[in-house]
Amino acid sequence: MSRPPRSPLAPPPSFVWTRRIVLTLLGVFTFLPLWVMLSSSLKPLRDVQAGFAWLPTNLTLRPYVDIWSTVPLGHYFVNSLVVSSCSTAVSVVIAILAAYAVSRHRFPGRQLFSVTVLSTQMFPGILFLLPLFLIYVNIGTATGVQLDGSWLGLIVTYLTFTLPFSIWMLVGYFDSIPRELDEAAKVDGNGPIGALVRVIVPAALPGIVTVAVYSFMTAWGEVLFASVMTDDSTRTLAVGLRNYASQNDVYWNQIMAASLVVSVPVVVAFLLLQRYLVAGLTAGSVK
Amino acid sequence: MPARPSRSWARVRRAGLPYLLLLPAVLFELLVHVVPMLTGIYMSFKHLTEFFIRNWSAAPAAGFDNYRFALDFNGAIGKQLLESFWTTCAFTVLTVAVSWLLGTGAAVLMQDPFRGRGLLRTYFLVPYALPAYTAAITWEFMFQRDTGLVNTLLVHDLHLFKTAPFWLIGGNSFWALVITAVWRTWPFAFLVVTAGLQNIPGDLYEAAALDGAGVWQRVRSITLPQLRSVNQVLILVLFLWNFNDFNTPYTLFGNVPPSQANLISVQIYDTSFQNWNFGSGSAMSVLLLLFLLVVTAVYLLLTNRRRKTDV
Repeated sequence: MSRPPRSPLAPPPSFVWTRRIVLTLLGVFTFLPLWVMLSSSLKPLRDVQAGFAWLPTNLTLRPYVDIWSTVPLGHYFVNSLVVSSCSTAVSVVIAILAAYAVSRHRFPGRQLFSVTVLSTQMFPGILFLLPLFLIYVNIGTATGVQLDGSWLGLIVTYLTFTLPFSIWMLVGYFDSIPRELDEAAKVDGNGPIGALVRVIVPAALPGIVTVAVYSFMTAWGEVLFASVMTDDSTRTLAVGLRNYASQNDVYWNQIMAASLVVSVPVVVAFLLLQRYLVAGLTAGSVK
Repeated sequence: MPARPSRSWARVRRAGLPYLLLLPAVLFELLVHVVPMLTGIYMSFKHLTEFFIRNWSAAPAAGFDNYRFALDFNGAIGKQLLESFWTTCAFTVLTVAVSWLLGTGAAVLMQDPFRGRGLLRTYFLVPYALPAYTAAITWEFMFQRDTGLVNTLLVHDLHLFKTAPFWLIGGNSFWALVITAVWRTWPFAFLVVTAGLQNIPGDLYEAAALDGAGVWQRVRSITLPQLRSVNQVLILVLFLWNFNDFNTPYTLFGNVPPSQANLISVQIYDTSFQNWNFGSGSAMSVLLLLFLLVVTAVYLLLTNRRRKTDV
């Protein structure tokens, strides 16, 4: 029995082998840190300090218990959760309103707005870290509203970080929604805001969820501003994770366990939604 | 007539609506980006030290002193800044080039469906989904001289070195930084190129196949040219991110990075917050921004012109 003839579109062996080799190497490269994180988090400190072993010899879940008492991880967790959720919620609402204006209205300044907002994306964070810190300190002195070292300051800061990307991506999504749907909503007696809430938001839900996850991830992982604008009571995970070290020991097994615990929620959310992210990037790049 | 004023009011409302919708976005952008940036420029002309934090308008004027110090490459501050600038350039070029190559390569190789493709795509995105600091912390652990995976692999398993090298101090720290950054960056390039590939019309490939073009030829003559506009944005974004990167070096090395891996944002951070010299830190930030503006403008000009002449 002879093998069926190769279809003309089937890739040649050279391509298939290149693909196998490259993807295997990339797979290993991606795997190593993930394995280190997982395997070390299941070892007692003694084993971790004895040098790296590929497989744990003494399996233990102890680090996952200890991480909560070595440093106030639960406290950091709450801080990160509050800051990231609030900044995400506010940022998404603001982005929806702005994207609706840009997508559905023609008005003077539309181009200017888009260009300005996108260009803030290129500013080095360090450029406005100092002045923003001082502005927060001075707002605190002048009005009594404490922004430096408080949740509020971080929330306000983070929500702007993702605004440019969120607006840009949502404009792409909104543009792909047929205008007839708006018209139909208007015929039903809705105003522009009614049309936005009843028609556009439901139709663009995947895009909105994606933007929300992206905003959440950004706030969850930010280090620079968190290191300057938080104090002991508002410390977020990004900064707090550095504290797993005493004068004599660095608790690497606990650090790895804590890293894993901190990463799992965002990684899972991201992977579930990556399909929409690809779709959103495609929609955005068409224009 | 009551109908008339209400109609013109309606017109005002309709014309004003988009601005009303944009207002929150504009306000927050002003508060967090625009006003601080202008303040930063103002601060760069002041002798602003810790004594003036609560009352910084009282800080003595500095003229161009801060800039002169930053750009005096014979002085200690200027010399360090220049070194850190070159380190950052080398780091950025390497990281962007390797990440782009890996991301594009993987995306193109995975363009045609094969078994397990969806799963593999998801898997490759994990490093990008991880919070930046957990990725960097894990690499920091792997680069530990005595207890890390890297030396276990290189010294014990592969016998490439006789004595275990240091990775987080000295010359090797630069490579540690690049590897960590590439690990996190290439999946993003992969994601963007994968999205870009879906916009290439399928009939281009069918036509090429009818002409008898092989798969490599198709990659060269269709895929890569079609990706040009995606790449234009992607490379710019990768460049800006890595040039401004703070998370990776700060997590990997802490406050005081080895001089071979001293990236410019950490250098500015140290000048500002370790030495409490905000004026000088602001001047360096402004210089950094000017540099990025010039590079971006030149880049867009060159790539746009090339695109036009090619068409």
